[in-house]
Amino acid sequence: MSRYLFATAALLLATATQAATYDLTIGKTPVNVTGQPRKAITVNGQLPAPLLRFQEGEEVVLNVTNALDTDSSLHWHGFILPYTMDGAPGFGFAGIKPGETFTYRFKIQQSGTYWYHSHSDMQEQAGLYGPIIIEPVKPEPYRYDRDYVIMLSDWTDQKPHTVMSKLKKQSDYYNYSQQTVADFFREVSAKGWDAAVQNRLDWGQMRMMATDIADVAGYTFLVNGRTPEQNWSGLFKPGERVRLRLINGSAMSIFDVRIPGLKMTVVQADGNNVTPTPVDELRISVAETYDVIVQPQDDQAYTLFAESLDRAGYARATLTPREGMSGVIPELRPRPLLTMADMAGHGGMHHGSMAGMNHESMAGMEAETIDHSKMDHGSMAGMDHSSMAGMDHSTMNHGGAANAEQTPANQVKPNPQSGLYPTAANGGKFLIYNDLRAMTAYPGYRAPDREIEVRLTGNMERYIWTLNDEKFVDADPIRLKYGERVRLKLTNTTMMTHPIHLHGMWMQLDVGKGAFNPLKHVISVLPGQTVYADVSVDAKGEWPFHCHLLYHMHAGMMRKVIVDDSGASI
Amino acid sequence: MSNHNLSRRWPTTLLAGVLASALFTTTYAAEEEIYTFFRAEELGYRIGDGDSFNWDAEGWVGGDYNKLWFKTEGERVNGNGVENAEVQLLYSRLIADFWDLQAGLRYDFNPEPERGFAVIGVEGLAPYWFEIDASAFISDQGDVSARFKAEYDLLLTQKLILSPLLEMNLAASSDEKRGVGSGLNDLELNLTLRYEVVREFAPYIGVSWERKYGQTADFARAEGEDIERTTFMVGVRFWF
Repeated sequence: MSRYLFATAALLLATATQAATYDLTIGKTPVNVTGQPRKAITVNGQLPAPLLRFQEGEEVVLNVTNALDTDSSLHWHGFILPYTMDGAPGFGFAGIKPGETFTYRFKIQQSGTYWYHSHSDMQEQAGLYGPIIIEPVKPEPYRYDRDYVIMLSDWTDQKPHTVMSKLKKQSDYYNYSQQTVADFFREVSAKGWDAAVQNRLDWGQMRMMATDIADVAGYTFLVNGRTPEQNWSGLFKPGERVRLRLINGSAMSIFDVRIPGLKMTVVQADGNNVTPTPVDELRISVAETYDVIVQPQDDQAYTLFAESLDRAGYARATLTPREGMSGVIPELRPRPLLTMADMAGHGGMHHGSMAGMNHESMAGMEAETIDHSKMDHGSMAGMDHSSMAGMDHSTMNHGGAANAEQTPANQVKPNPQSGLYPTAANGGKFLIYNDLRAMTAYPGYRAPDREIEVRLTGNMERYIWTLNDEKFVDADPIRLKYGERVRLKLTNTTMMTHPIHLHGMWMQLDVGKGAFNPLKHVISVLPGQTVYADVSVDAKGEWPFHCHLLYHMHAGMMRKVIVDDSGASI
Repeated sequence: MSNHNLSRRWPTTLLAGVLASALFTTTYAAEEEIYTFFRAEELGYRIGDGDSFNWDAEGWVGGDYNKLWFKTEGERVNGNGVENAEVQLLYSRLIADFWDLQAGLRYDFNPEPERGFAVIGVEGLAPYWFEIDASAFISDQGDVSARFKAEYDLLLTQKLILSPLLEMNLAASSDEKRGVGSGLNDLELNLTLRYEVVREFAPYIGVSWERKYGQTADFARAEGEDIERTTFMVGVRFWF
């Protein structure tokens, strides 16, 4: 079993630090990503920040110096550690003042692929993110010959506060794919006059846009800090097994990733081993990680192609047997259009036009007892079953529901009628959450003690993002009792995908595999979808719980979770 | 969003926020963030039945739910000086996803005699993408009036936008000194074509048709003024 871990990673990314003490300096570094000179926020002058390589069980000491003229911080994303070391200002940690050094000390209690980033002032949009590899104590249950980090990110020449300000003043500022008069007539010729008009009326009635996939545009997508033209490359010898550690360090961008000509075998998700699953393509949401193993057999270059969800652009890397080669770059697929299924969780929708929904068959349903505005017709996910007495489920046509049986596991599946339904470019297998099965049973698995509903909410028009309709600044903390097991019900009432991140504790996403449900630090909840995740409340302190889309978090889509012995309920 | 508990401790929040934003950079909006906005919707000439310079601008400072609004519009007719000029200062509160309720004061410097008004109105985006600004006024003379504006953006391309606008003024009683009759006072229909060089800056051309009605038209005729006017518009629209 040959490994070239250290040599290759160190050579290709950055200086891999091996000592137990790490000195990191946050500063500004001139960069030129788009042709315009800009200053990135970096660690030790590097974009992305240097690869940190820890050992499971190691006591790490990280001296982080802030050379900026504003507060900063480093947060160890997905780490199990004391909350005062988590690096989120306002959560038992004061941030790092300009010119000061903060020393993080904690024991590494896990292994796998992780990352770190600023939790201050939207600095991760400006470059303050880097990869982390934690070597396990026990050998991993798969083998590979080479190991590369593939850190995806989105770069903009605009300052993050400028982006935020534009969005607050004109929420569709960055959407240059809005439907025009010409688009309307194209739709008329494709679907006929009535359908085209009805479609416009449906969207107009809601005052929402089918093209509203991403809030921010103008991004240059990077792999390990390299643009598509700069083409980050990794070497292989035909027949070798190559481990790719995919990390999405973007502020706002979700990617569909594939390597034409190669199957990717997913072996890890969010740092945790899963039953190896071969796929043709996968969707990596913001702040998630996936480890895949590929085995290129031919003496040719392969393109790793990561298309942004709105198809505005792509990040690209190359796996090649020799330096200087490059593979075919696929065409971007057409920009997707949201459908009424994606609007299913939206309160003000026009019910008459809902695709596939059959009102006539909803016999036994007492109209006055049901609040349609809170119902998620597309996937029946946001339904409050307890209040629906007298409703005969068996006679209902749930429209977009993929399966008649509405188990939590089924609800994780994307709705086939969604405009964002993942489809592999080659028609093959596209990874979905239901494919994830933990390699080992979670020892903390048991029935939850209680359920907490968190609705993912927002006002798109005014760019206000909230949880349960409240901004972070206005909301009371969520209080959990140390030792309890809580079921989170995440109901997405918006038309955007939200990667929901809990600090300090794992979320065990219910995909119907019991103790083998995967442990995640980020759960990406699709428009109109409801998913369930169980949390063993095993870490006292104050923890952020938020949407990992940077501008959503900044706008208020966050909560403080307080864990103590009393855990007075919310 | 119906039931927010808000940073709606206004106006304390607003004031504290303005001060705080001036003094500190926030982490993740741990404090309510304050933004400022200014937009000139019309700034240019109307040429045809009497040439004039026209402006229509608005701006705000505030957070997500509570804002302080400023609006001004007016017309300077070549050879006649400023014919109309008004400013409004309003407190504005988000009352629904797409709607602000606004209340405050309006002051008309022209036409003479000058008048002060109390204002209440709603501004927002109606279904099917109509931008609406509807206000009711009561003047310091006790006269009640109302104004309704609606605008629609039709995208010819992503940057070339055809925009019809309708504005009407109504009054419950006449204010003869100012040429305002009771009933429908006037109607204005504009059609502008703008090119958004960037989102923030768009030169426009357009046509405008205005007509006075009823008693207001009678007052105008008595003054020897035309009651109908058609003009060609040219100018810029910008915001920051």
